Amino acid sequence: MNAAILSELRAAVQDDIRLSVAPEDLAAYAYDGTWAETAPAVVVHPDSSEQTAAVLRVAHARRIPVVPRGSGTGLAGGSLPVPGAICLNLARMNRIIEISRGDSLAIAQPGVVTQDLQQAVEKLGLFYPPDPASSYQCTLGGNVATNAGGPRCLKYGVTSDYVLGLTVCLPGGAIMRLGGRTIKNVTGYNLSQLIVGSEGTLGVVTEIVLRLIPRPDAERTALATFSRMADACAAVGAMLSAGIVPLLAELMDRATIRAVEEFRSFGLPTDVEALLLIAVDGDPALAQSAIDSAADILRGAGARDVRLSRSSEESDALGEARRSVSPAIARLAPHKLGEDVAVPRSRIPEMVARLQDIARENALDIVVYGHIGDGNLHPTLLCDRRDNAVMRRVERAAGQMLEAAVALGGTLSGEHGIGVFKRDYMRLACDSEALRRMAAVKRVFDPHGIMNPGKKLPEEIEKGAE
Amino acid sequence: MSLFDPINGQRFFAPDLPGYDKLLGCVRCGRCLSVCPTYELTRIETFSPRGRLSLLRAVEDGRLELTRGVAEHLYHCLDCRSCDTVCPPGVGIGELIVRGRAAAEARHARPWWLRRLLDVFLASPARVETAAAPLRLLQALRLDRLVVLTLGGLPGIGATIRTLQAFAPRLSRPLRRELPRVVRASGEERHRVAFFLGCLMNVAMPDVSRATLHVLARAGCTVLIPREQACCGAPHDDQGQRATALRLARRNIALFESLPDGIEAIVTDCAGCGAALKEYALWLADDPEWASRARRFSARVRDVTEWLDAIWPEELKLDHEPRLAVYHDPCHLANIQGVRAAPRSLLARVSGLELRPLANGFPVECCGSAGIYNLTHTARSLALLERKMAAIEAAGAEMVVSANPGCLMQIAWGARRANRSLSLRHVVEILDASLPKTAGHDDDHVIGMSTKARKRGDSKNEF
Repeated sequence: MNAAILSELRAAVQDDIRLSVAPEDLAAYAYDGTWAETAPAVVVHPDSSEQTAAVLRVAHARRIPVVPRGSGTGLAGGSLPVPGAICLNLARMNRIIEISRGDSLAIAQPGVVTQDLQQAVEKLGLFYPPDPASSYQCTLGGNVATNAGGPRCLKYGVTSDYVLGLTVCLPGGAIMRLGGRTIKNVTGYNLSQLIVGSEGTLGVVTEIVLRLIPRPDAERTALATFSRMADACAAVGAMLSAGIVPLLAELMDRATIRAVEEFRSFGLPTDVEALLLIAVDGDPALAQSAIDSAADILRGAGARDVRLSRSSEESDALGEARRSVSPAIARLAPHKLGEDVAVPRSRIPEMVARLQDIARENALDIVVYGHIGDGNLHPTLLCDRRDNAVMRRVERAAGQMLEAAVALGGTLSGEHGIGVFKRDYMRLACDSEALRRMAAVKRVFDPHGIMNPGKKLPEEIEKGAE
Repeated sequence: MSLFDPINGQRFFAPDLPGYDKLLGCVRCGRCLSVCPTYELTRIETFSPRGRLSLLRAVEDGRLELTRGVAEHLYHCLDCRSCDTVCPPGVGIGELIVRGRAAAEARHARPWWLRRLLDVFLASPARVETAAAPLRLLQALRLDRLVVLTLGGLPGIGATIRTLQAFAPRLSRPLRRELPRVVRASGEERHRVAFFLGCLMNVAMPDVSRATLHVLARAGCTVLIPREQACCGAPHDDQGQRATALRLARRNIALFESLPDGIEAIVTDCAGCGAALKEYALWLADDPEWASRARRFSARVRDVTEWLDAIWPEELKLDHEPRLAVYHDPCHLANIQGVRAAPRSLLARVSGLELRPLANGFPVECCGSAGIYNLTHTARSLALLERKMAAIEAAGAEMVVSANPGCLMQIAWGARRANRSLSLRHVVEILDASLPKTAGHDDDHVIGMSTKARKRGDSKNEF
């Protein structure tokens, strides 16, 4: 990057310390939560909306790509730099500006870690439900950019259900405020909901107003095993029909159960096809009666074994099996490709069978787990990136999994986003009319195509947008 | 280029790093970011465990030169190992970073004074003692301030000398020379253990180790003390001097092997030493001659709190003057050795002591001591210390109990800086002061310790 541009960027962030071109920093900002790597040309660490806007003014004038980044935990390559890019590290903007009990909302900067916000509001008896698996480290800005979900979203909804307002910095340096402090708001087009899930391709979110709800008092958990995957799916359907909306309805297939059991012995049976972890929350007495009814339904649906928690602590202990999924799988192979397809709930048994076929046809190991209540599955292919032949089969299998999901009426990504890994498959899920409108939207916000290029939209659509 | 193109897996560092596979084990989930003190302070990836591993990976892959910047980033790490307690794939991040330092040493050596300190003085207890003698004299004559006035302005090392003077403990007569080879159990011998005396304990906190030996004896342990023991090697390992660290490890292993049979444990009251001794098995895992000997050695190492909690005689009641205290988990005890419950459960036996929770959660929030981090990275160390002092203040404690000399000295420094009166105690000192008085039978004379010294009041805060 030439010296003139660098000095303009330095002026934009007002301090040398907020900009780095050191080779070490470029290497450490070359990745996100995936295996992909591309070093940016410069890393800037803005501390405010004004500095962020100033960076976008330079980038817009100079036609330099800008890649916003929170904690770099994304699983679709959404914050992966592109060559020559400015990596915009928003992690330092991590102030919780306000928590209002009266209005049940929080205002936070994008670098606030999701769990930090959750803990802060829970101390006041409030609750922020979206809980992506990386909530210990992912940032609210990243959550907004990907419209992150998590296990609790069947009952409580996803990030967009909690966004009341946004401050967005736009290419050119304008600062736009959207929405506000009210739950109801039909004043004008709902642009904040357009920004949510746009993966940093339209602008940079620098302030977020989030709706909060009262914190539920108690949680109860049931853990059930099934000889047949279809029975597990039917059980969740029956539960919903009976009026029980579980807080969690987490599914693990046999390979996942085996990995978890190998990682830490919970005494789970390894000869079953599926394991279901159900949790309910609310007032203690209601939660207890709901989990008892849920247990009856699970047994009625053919569960082989049902374990129940009687307290929030026991509930935590049963939940440990679910929290062990990620470490257990991480230990299975040097690399993994975790997909994020979602299908209508009734099609889950078919989808799981299809995923297992795809893995078998490509001679790959696969584990499947996910959020059964909303049909969001995380089929994970195990691989070693040093092996070219394996990687080619992984590439093919990944495509086949996405095709299978769409064929069953599902979608490419439930909560991770499209990023770079799934952009080439967008045509499977979106018709060309929709894609053309998306290109037009992109052009309105970002006429020079500097915002996170190479992400979200298929290449030819994005190029047309320039 | 496709996202699915293979990587080559070059081997730049071999054999200084324990293998490319371990680096590949990092799946970049970012879990470690949430517990890393330096990431919390900077919010910059390069200051995170994942960032540090990515630098090593980039060098291995040939995408990045082994620059001085890489080496510096490896040393920004406190080696507190919080990351290791949460890492989902269990990569062993801390060990990789320390091995990376050793690998970088050939190109970017540590400062001359540091290497000299480690390789010459810290490599044997006799030399530590020799080096400590003139310093002790300086301190006794209060001339240390004069030294700071004269040398404090030197470029490079001056700032370090200033910090050292502010931070340094009052040095004492070395304990090692006065220790007998055997301390007999008072009363019936129920256990036989060996004692590992840390260098800092020896010259800076002899009262702590005196208390350790006394408490062990009262708890029914006969203690063997091999006098020829060397430094545990932790400071050398921490500062990239791997060859010296391994040499010291082999020497200690051979020495403790030579003790008579029937030793149940090798006990130490220094969390830093204990962590290193327990890691000998890892350090020497690739050495065919020493691997199994190191494993046997490490398997017997116990922190004194761990050992005492396991064998504490129920009939031995503990009674202390009323005090409001907090227990500070040393990183090297809680994070590396996984010893968190034992010191608390021992302290819970002490009537009179009210233990308040310290807002440090788990993994432990480092106090910033971290070996010589407070000398090499003073500003950041102080930021962490201030956070720790605030937590202690919030808990309303008048006493901080811990189990590591570095932490005790650091927190004492924090109290001095803030002009706060705060008692600092090692767990064993609390136990020692809480033991029932014995009629006649006492082993104080055996371990060369005056009763007066041991019964000193709460005024002491001179670490």
